[in-house]
Amino acid sequence: MATAAEMDALNLSRAVLPPRRARSLTSLKPYFGTPLNALITLVCLWLVYRVVTGAWGWLVTRAIVEGGPQACKAGAGACWPFLAAKLRFMLFGFYPYDEHWRPALAVALFLGAIIFSMIPRFWTRALLWLWLAVPILCGVLLYGGVAGLPVVTTTNWGGLPLSFMLSFVGLALGFPLGVVLALARSSKLPAIQVIAIVFIEVVRGVPLVSILFMASVMLPLFMPDGVTVDKLLRAQVAIIIFAGAYIAETVRGGLQAVPKGQHEAAAALGLGYWLAMRKIILPQALKIVIPPLVNIFIGFFQDTTLVTIIGLLDFLDTVRASLRDPNWQGIAVIEGYVFAAFVYAVFSYGIGSYSRFLERRLKTDHERSPGR
Amino acid sequence: MASPASSPTRLLYDVRVRAVLYQVVAVALVVGVGFYLFGNVSRKLAEQNIATGFAYLDRPAGFVISQSFIAYDSGNSYARALLVGIFNTIWVSVFAVVLSTTMGLIVGIARLSRNPMLSLLALLYVEALRNVPLLLYLFLWYALIIGVFPPVREAWQPLPEVFLSNGGLIVPSLRWSGAHSAVLAAAIAGVVMAFVVAGVFRRRRMESGRSQTVWPFVLAALLAPPLLAVLIAQPDFVVNWPERGRFRITGGVQVTPEFTALLVGLGLSASAGIAEIVRAGILSVGRGQWEASRSVGLRDRQTMRLVVLPQALRVIVPPLTSSYLSTFKNSSLAIAIGYPDLVMVSNTTMNQTGQAIEGIAIFMLVYLTMSIAISLFMNWYNARVALVER
Repeated sequence: MATAAEMDALNLSRAVLPPRRARSLTSLKPYFGTPLNALITLVCLWLVYRVVTGAWGWLVTRAIVEGGPQACKAGAGACWPFLAAKLRFMLFGFYPYDEHWRPALAVALFLGAIIFSMIPRFWTRALLWLWLAVPILCGVLLYGGVAGLPVVTTTNWGGLPLSFMLSFVGLALGFPLGVVLALARSSKLPAIQVIAIVFIEVVRGVPLVSILFMASVMLPLFMPDGVTVDKLLRAQVAIIIFAGAYIAETVRGGLQAVPKGQHEAAAALGLGYWLAMRKIILPQALKIVIPPLVNIFIGFFQDTTLVTIIGLLDFLDTVRASLRDPNWQGIAVIEGYVFAAFVYAVFSYGIGSYSRFLERRLKTDHERSPGR
Repeated sequence: MASPASSPTRLLYDVRVRAVLYQVVAVALVVGVGFYLFGNVSRKLAEQNIATGFAYLDRPAGFVISQSFIAYDSGNSYARALLVGIFNTIWVSVFAVVLSTTMGLIVGIARLSRNPMLSLLALLYVEALRNVPLLLYLFLWYALIIGVFPPVREAWQPLPEVFLSNGGLIVPSLRWSGAHSAVLAAAIAGVVMAFVVAGVFRRRRMESGRSQTVWPFVLAALLAPPLLAVLIAQPDFVVNWPERGRFRITGGVQVTPEFTALLVGLGLSASAGIAEIVRAGILSVGRGQWEASRSVGLRDRQTMRLVVLPQALRVIVPPLTSSYLSTFKNSSLAIAIGYPDLVMVSNTTMNQTGQAIEGIAIFMLVYLTMSIAISLFMNWYNARVALVER
C-alpha cells in the first residue's frame, strides 16, 4: 500500500478527495456573490425587517392588552381583549356556555387520537377500533342524552368542533365511496364505468358551492313526505359526495400505478376479482395514495369554510359572528381574521408536514429523485 | 340429462353472464333511485304550488346588478341577468388566471434561486397562502379594502381624474361604439396573423436550413389590421370623465372592491399552487440537459427557452390545467363577498322565483360546460407540447 508521501507524489490524495464545497450557512457567497445577488439579499433583508418590526409593533408594543372596546378603538395595535372576550364563542359557537367542556373534550379526544395514529409505532389493527370508538364518543359527547348529559341539538353546534367534524366525517365516509367509484371507473363493464365517469366528472366539474346549494335546497325536496333532513347533515352529505369524487380520482391514480403483472399473478393464483382487489391490488394502490390523500384532507379542512355560505356556523363563521357583535363591531376585524388564519394555518401546516414525512417513510422504491 | 352449461346455477357462474347481470342491476338501481327521487320532487312541488319549467327566464328580473359588461337594467329579463352573471364569472376568472400565472412563475423561479434568502421568502409566500382557506383570505382582503380606503366623499385622487375610495377605483373611460369594436376585432385578427406568419417563417427555416430576419414581417402582420381598421372605421375618442357628485362619483369605469378582493384572493391563492407546479416542472428537467446545452454552446437564456422550458412544460401543463379549472370554480365564492357572479345572480333569481331546481340546474350546467371546454383546450395544448416519441 502506498504511503502518504507516495500518494502525494502521484498527486493521488488530491484525486481521491472530492473538492470541498462551501455548503454551510456561514458562507456569504450565495448571499453576496454577485452584485445582483447582493441587491436581492439586501431587498429581502429589508422586507423581512419591515414585516417583523411591523408585526412585533402591532402584536406587542402597540397592542392593547387591557380594557374594552373603547380602549381598542382608541389604540392602534392588536386588540387582545377582543380575543379574550370572544375566544370561547369563536371556538364553540352557540353551544350552551356551561356545557363547553363537552366540545372541548371531544376536540381533545379527536386531536389526541390523530396525534396517536400519526406515530408509526402504533400502526396496528387496534387503531381501527380506536377510530371506530373515537367518532362515536365525540358524537355522544356533543349530542348528549346519555349519562345525565343534557341534549344539545345540532342547530347549536358550531365553531372548531363543527369544522373538524365536517372535514373528518367527509373524508371517513368519502373514502369508501371514492374507492368504490375508482373501482367502478376502472372496471371493464361499460355500464358501470359510464355511471362512475358521469358521477365523478359532474361532481368535479362544478364548484363545491353549487353542491352545497343543491344539498341545502334540493335534498329536502328529494325526501319522501315526513322525512326532514337536518341542515348539518345536508352539508355533510354534500361534503361526502364532493370528497368521494376527488378521492376516487386519486385512488384511480394508485390503481393505475400497480403493475399489470400483479393483476396477472393474482389471476394465475386463481383469485377472483374481489379477492384479488382486496388482497393484492388495493393494499398496494392505497399505500401509494396515502400522501396525496393527506393533502386532499388539508383541502377539505379548508373547504369546510364554505358551509358558511349555506348558513352553518363553522369556525370561520363564529369568528365573523364575533366581529359583528354590536359591542365590537368594526373594531377588531383584522384581529379576528388573523386569529382564524393562524388557527387554520397551524392545523394545515401540521398535516402538511406529516404528509411529507409519510411520503419519505412510505417510499420503498429506489428511484432517483428527478433533477437532483 | 341436460348439459351442464344450460342449468341455471351453472349459468350464474359464467363470467359473461355475470358481467351482463352486474350491469343490468347497476343500471336498474340508478334508474330506480332516479325515478323515486323524481317522484318525490314532483309531488312536493305540486303540494307547495311551485311552478316548474323555464318560462320565468323571460320575465323581468327586477333587481340591480352592481357590475355588468353588457347593457343591463332591472327591467331586463332573468335570462339577461344570468348572462351578466356568466360574463362576470368569466371576467374575474380570466384576470385571476393571468395574475396567478404571473405571480406563480415569479415565485416558482424564486424558489429555485441560489440565493437562500430569496428562496426562503418564496417558500414563506407559498406556505402562507396554501395553509389558510381561500374564503378567509377573501374576507380579509375585502375587510382591508373597506377599512383602509376612505369613504367615497373623501375619495383619494392619486392622479387627476382617478378616484380611489372604499367604493372602488374609478378611472376615465372611452365612450365605446361600433367602430371601437371593429378596431378590437382587427387587433385580435392581427395577433392571429402574426402567429400564422411566424409559423410560416419557422416552417421555411426548418425546410431550407437558413435563418432570416423575421420580426419586421411579424410586426407588420400584428399592426396592419388594427391600423387599417382605425383608418377605415374612424372611431372617435370621447373620454368619459368621472365627476365627483355629492354622494357618489358618476361616469368613468369603476372597479368595485368586491371585484378587487375576489381577484386578489383568487389570484394569490392559485399562485402558490402554480409556484410549486413551476418549480417541480423545472426540477424535472435533468441537470444533464443543462450541461449538454451549455456544451453545444447555448447561452443560459437560450438553454432555458429552447431546452429546459419545452421539456418542463410537459410536466407543468397538466397540473396547471387543474389549477386553472379550480380558479374558475373557486370564483363561485364571490357570493360570500357580494360580487355578482353567476352563482350570486342565480341565488337572487331562486329567491325571487322560488324555482330552485331550475336555477341550480342552469348554473351547474354552465360550470360543467365551461370546465369541459377549459379541459379540452388545455388537453389540446398539452398534446402540442407533449414529447413526440418514436
